[in-house]
Amino acid sequence: MIWELLFAPFADFGFMRRALLGCIAVSVGATPVGVFLMLRHMSLTGDAMAHAILPGAAIGYLISGLSLGAMTVGGLIAGMVVALGSGYVARVTALREDASLAAFYLISLALGVLIVSTRGSNVDLMHVLFGTVLALDDAALILLCSFASLSVIVLAVLFRPLVLECADPQFLRSVSKLSAVTHFTFLGVVVMNLVAGFHALGTLMAVGIMILPAAAARFWAAGIGGLIAGAAAIAVISSMVGLLLSFHYSLPSGPAIILVAGIIYAVSLIFGSVGGLIARTRPRRHFET
Amino acid sequence: MTTAVAFRNLTLGYDQHPAVHHLETEIDQGSLTAIVGPNGAGKSTLLKGVTGVLAPLEGRIETSGLGYEDIAYLPQQSEIDRSFPISVIDLVAMGLWQEIGALGQLGRAKRSRVDAAIAAVGLTGFERRPIASLSGGQMQRALFARLLLQDTKLVLLDEPFTAIDAQTMADLIDLIHQWHGEGRTVLAVLHDQDTVKAHFPQTLMLARELVAHGPTDRVLTSENQYRARQMCEACASIPHVCGKSVA
Repeated sequence: MIWELLFAPFADFGFMRRALLGCIAVSVGATPVGVFLMLRHMSLTGDAMAHAILPGAAIGYLISGLSLGAMTVGGLIAGMVVALGSGYVARVTALREDASLAAFYLISLALGVLIVSTRGSNVDLMHVLFGTVLALDDAALILLCSFASLSVIVLAVLFRPLVLECADPQFLRSVSKLSAVTHFTFLGVVVMNLVAGFHALGTLMAVGIMILPAAAARFWAAGIGGLIAGAAAIAVISSMVGLLLSFHYSLPSGPAIILVAGIIYAVSLIFGSVGGLIARTRPRRHFET
Repeated sequence: MTTAVAFRNLTLGYDQHPAVHHLETEIDQGSLTAIVGPNGAGKSTLLKGVTGVLAPLEGRIETSGLGYEDIAYLPQQSEIDRSFPISVIDLVAMGLWQEIGALGQLGRAKRSRVDAAIAAVGLTGFERRPIASLSGGQMQRALFARLLLQDTKLVLLDEPFTAIDAQTMADLIDLIHQWHGEGRTVLAVLHDQDTVKAHFPQTLMLARELVAHGPTDRVLTSENQYRARQMCEACASIPHVCGKSVA
């Protein structure tokens, strides 16, 4: 019974195994990025960037159809243009980061919608928007796993300056010239993960697997290591449960995965040991000093 | 005595409005100098100029070969995100940035230096606490510990004792004297005149332009302070392009 419910779908069907592997790759790559986005008060930046990569992916699609390479390159270029452009504007002009990013991503989104609508409604293009996690081929899986690995390596190398850039940016600027490098590399990693994510979950859902597990983990862990580990674990569990729900009840898989993550977030919000709603109302044991 | 920092016809400001105007003076190496003046006199701006974050509108700052790695700066309103989950020891250890950089390990020898710095500011026992749990005074102690580890020739402090209790202030002033004894150059923006008189041999009084600079007892006179207030009130008048400017 439990075997059939939880494991048989993965054991019996190759596409389910591929979907799970793809989701695990996206989870491991994207959640540490989500944790840093959250800690930098940039959670909505992920959402903005996800919209920003749309025209790139759409142009890639127009040029060479449902091609993995073209859409990936297009998405990366569009995302990098918006990340670098808005970051540059924020650093050299009076416009703050939020406003400049909003300006760039709205332009990018409008362009994307324009390009999409010139081709009318297209089922393939719906796959771009909402992902094709149940139809990941070898090339797509290799791409997802490579992006996830690269993302984890870059974050590991950049970990210390990134923590400082979040916690005390003024100090980082006063002791080293890595501040700008760190900021833009981090935005690059965000884009990379969103592009990987859109192959599996679509441009709109990719940001969900990045942010929701991080937000949920905030209610269980206080330290940054715990946050990253917790968020990754929550993302992997959400992926597995979401895929099973989608299999058993014929639900679209991307939204199912994100909704499971959303349920875990809601449960964490209520029952979480670190500042959850119940923990807040209960008197807590405290130290003598 | 050699010069640590020389201000040469220095004008610093935001947009076209000068906050420091045609400043011309020198800070001796190894001196302990208080920077005083009314609000809006350009004291914080001057420190930002020395760090190199703010480029001069005119003139220049000569720091006799000191790079950014030789200058430690404690800003007035630190941009530290107090809610960020980082522990006291991790925050303080970042004072060793010039030695460990982004990837270097914090070995046993360096770790004991971090412990010593934390002990020097009286925060032993707080190492593992998140910075969110620190009081204002404890946070300032932690930031002084980080300055200790930075081990720089020039230390810039912008109102380091704002909202700090007397005991903490006394402890931190001891550290400043220790730096002075070690031959470091210390520049501190301060408001409390008693503190300046008691602990700072040199004073630079600023009211956008230089009012006076020299031994504290000769600078902190009531005439100078009256003049400084007058000069700062005059700044509030309608701006016109400065005639001293070459441009």
